[in-house]
Amino acid sequence: MITKEQVQHIASLARLKLTEQEIEKFQKDLSSILEYFEVLNSLDIKDVQPLVHVLPLENVTREDTAAKANSELVQELLDAAPSQDQGFLQVKEVFSDEE
Amino acid sequence: MELETLTIEQIQKGLLKKEFSAQDLAQSAFENIRNKDGNLHAFLEVTEDLAREQARVVDKKIAEKENIGALAGVPCAIKDTILVKGVRCTAASKILENYVAPYDATVVENIKAADALIVGKTNMDEFGMGGSTENSAFGVTRNPVDQERVAGGSSGGSAASVAAKESVVALGEDTGGSIRLPASFCGVVGLKPTYGAVSRHGIIALASSFDQVGPFARTVEDCETLFNVIRGKDPMDATSVEYKIQDTRYKVQGLRIGVPKEYFGEGLDPMVGDVIKNALKLLEEAGAKIVDITLPHVPYALATYYIINTSEASSNLARYDGIRYGTVSTGKTLLETYLNTRGERFGVEVKRRIMLGTYALSAGYYEAYYIKAQKVRTLLKQDFEKAFEKVDVVAGPVSPFLPFKVGERSQDPLAMYLVDIYTVPANLTGLPALSVPSGHASSLPVGMQLLAPAFGEQVLFETGKALEKLLQ
Repeated sequence: MITKEQVQHIASLARLKLTEQEIEKFQKDLSSILEYFEVLNSLDIKDVQPLVHVLPLENVTREDTAAKANSELVQELLDAAPSQDQGFLQVKEVFSDEE
Repeated sequence: MELETLTIEQIQKGLLKKEFSAQDLAQSAFENIRNKDGNLHAFLEVTEDLAREQARVVDKKIAEKENIGALAGVPCAIKDTILVKGVRCTAASKILENYVAPYDATVVENIKAADALIVGKTNMDEFGMGGSTENSAFGVTRNPVDQERVAGGSSGGSAASVAAKESVVALGEDTGGSIRLPASFCGVVGLKPTYGAVSRHGIIALASSFDQVGPFARTVEDCETLFNVIRGKDPMDATSVEYKIQDTRYKVQGLRIGVPKEYFGEGLDPMVGDVIKNALKLLEEAGAKIVDITLPHVPYALATYYIINTSEASSNLARYDGIRYGTVSTGKTLLETYLNTRGERFGVEVKRRIMLGTYALSAGYYEAYYIKAQKVRTLLKQDFEKAFEKVDVVAGPVSPFLPFKVGERSQDPLAMYLVDIYTVPANLTGLPALSVPSGHASSLPVGMQLLAPAFGEQVLFETGKALEKLLQ
C-alpha cells in the first residue's frame, strides 16, 4: 500500500491539484494497480534487452532548412492560447512576493 | 434506394451512373444522424457545412466528367482526437473544450483528397483512456445494437456511427484496443494497422509507442479501401514508414491459422469462446489449417501495457498546462495555474493514469517498472516471431466478454483494464490486428481478432473476407 504522503508527492510532481477524496481514492486505486503490476516479478528478465522501438528504424533525419512561416497559421496557433500579448504567450508570475 | 446501407464500391458505381448525387449521400447521412444520435451520442460535433461543400465538389467533378477519388461521396466520421482544420477537437476532455484545430491531420488531408465527406467528430474516452466511452467528459455513447450497453472504447463513437449507418466508414485510433474493441462490441470491422503504417501527424497523442490511426467499416473490403487511402510514409511523422505492399495472395485453402491457448483461458466468457470456436470451425471446413500455438508471455501483456501506457501518457499530457491552448483555471502564480488547470479540467481516469505514470517514472522506480516492462515487451515480440514461423495468421477473441451495461464496470479501474487483455499484445509488438464480426451470443455481436506479421494487413483482409462470406 502506498502512503497518502506518496500520493501527495506524485500529485505535486504531476502538477495536479487533488481534493481530499481524490487523494484517498487514488491511494486505494494506485495501490491495487501497482499490486497487479507485481505479476511481472515472476519473470526472469536479467539478460533481456528492453524493446525501445517495434520497427528496426534507424535515425530519421531531414535537411536542416528553414521553412517559410505561414503567418496565418502562426496567428491561429497563438490565438489558441488562453492569454497572449504582442505575439507572446502570457503567464502568471513565476515567483511570488509573499514567499 | 437506401443510400445509408451502400458500400464504397456501390457508392462509386451509383455516383458515376448518376443514380444519386453526393448531396443525396450527405442528406441521407445527416437524416440518420438527426434521427438516431440523440439517443446514441456517437457524435460530439456534426460538420454538415463541411460535408455539403465536399459533396458539391464531388458532384461538380462528376458533372464535368473529371476523375473522382476513391472515397468520393462516402460519409466518413472522425474520432475527436484527429485534427480537422477549423473544427473543434477536444479529445472528449474539458481541458480542450474550446480548441479549434489550426490544421488538418495528414490522414484527414488524405481522405479529403480522396473526396470523402466528413460528417462529424465522434465521441471517445477522454484522451483515449478507457474501454467503454464512459470516460468522455461529454457523456457516454450507447451501443446501437442494445442501447443499455456500451459501444466499447475508446473509439466508441466511430464504431457506433458506422454500426448505426450514420456514416459509411470512420477513422479511429488504437492504443491498446481502442479500434478493435468497439468494432467487436458494435458488430463492425476495425483495423489497428502495423505501427508506422499510418501517419500520426495531427493526432492528439496518448502513448506514442502504441498509438496508430485506423479504419472502421461495415465490410472488410471498405475497411481495406480506407486503409489504402491513409497508409504511407509522411515526412511530418518520423515514425511512419513506407508501406511495403505484399504481393502474396492468400486463399483460405491451406491458410495456417494459429490459435493461442492463452486467448482461451480463464476469464474468457464461454459464450464468446463458443462463437469464436464456431467461426474457426467454418474456416477449417473451408480448407484452413488450424494450428494450436502458445504465446507464453501473453498473460504478462496487460501489466506490461499499463506500465508503459501510463508512463508515456503522463509525459505526453504534460503539454496541457493552461498556457498554450485549451482552457485554463487561473491561479495567483504560474504553479497555481498549472495545478488548478490540470486538477480541475482532467477527468478522474486521466488523473489516475498521469499519477500512475508519474510514479512509475519517478526516481528509484524507473528500472522497476518502465525498463522491466520494456524487457517483457521484447519477450512478447519473440513469442509472436516464433509463432509466425509456423502460421500465417493468429486468431482469437477481441474481448473476453460481451458488450457490458453502462455503469457495470466504471467504478473499478482494474475491471475496466481487463477489457484490453487480448488487444494489447498487438500494440506492444506493433503488429497489425483486425476485428471482424464472427457471430452473436445473446443477440450481441462478437468480433474475432486476427493478427499478422508486421505489414501483413493483406492476409488479415483476405482472412476477414473469407470469414465474412462463410457467415453470410
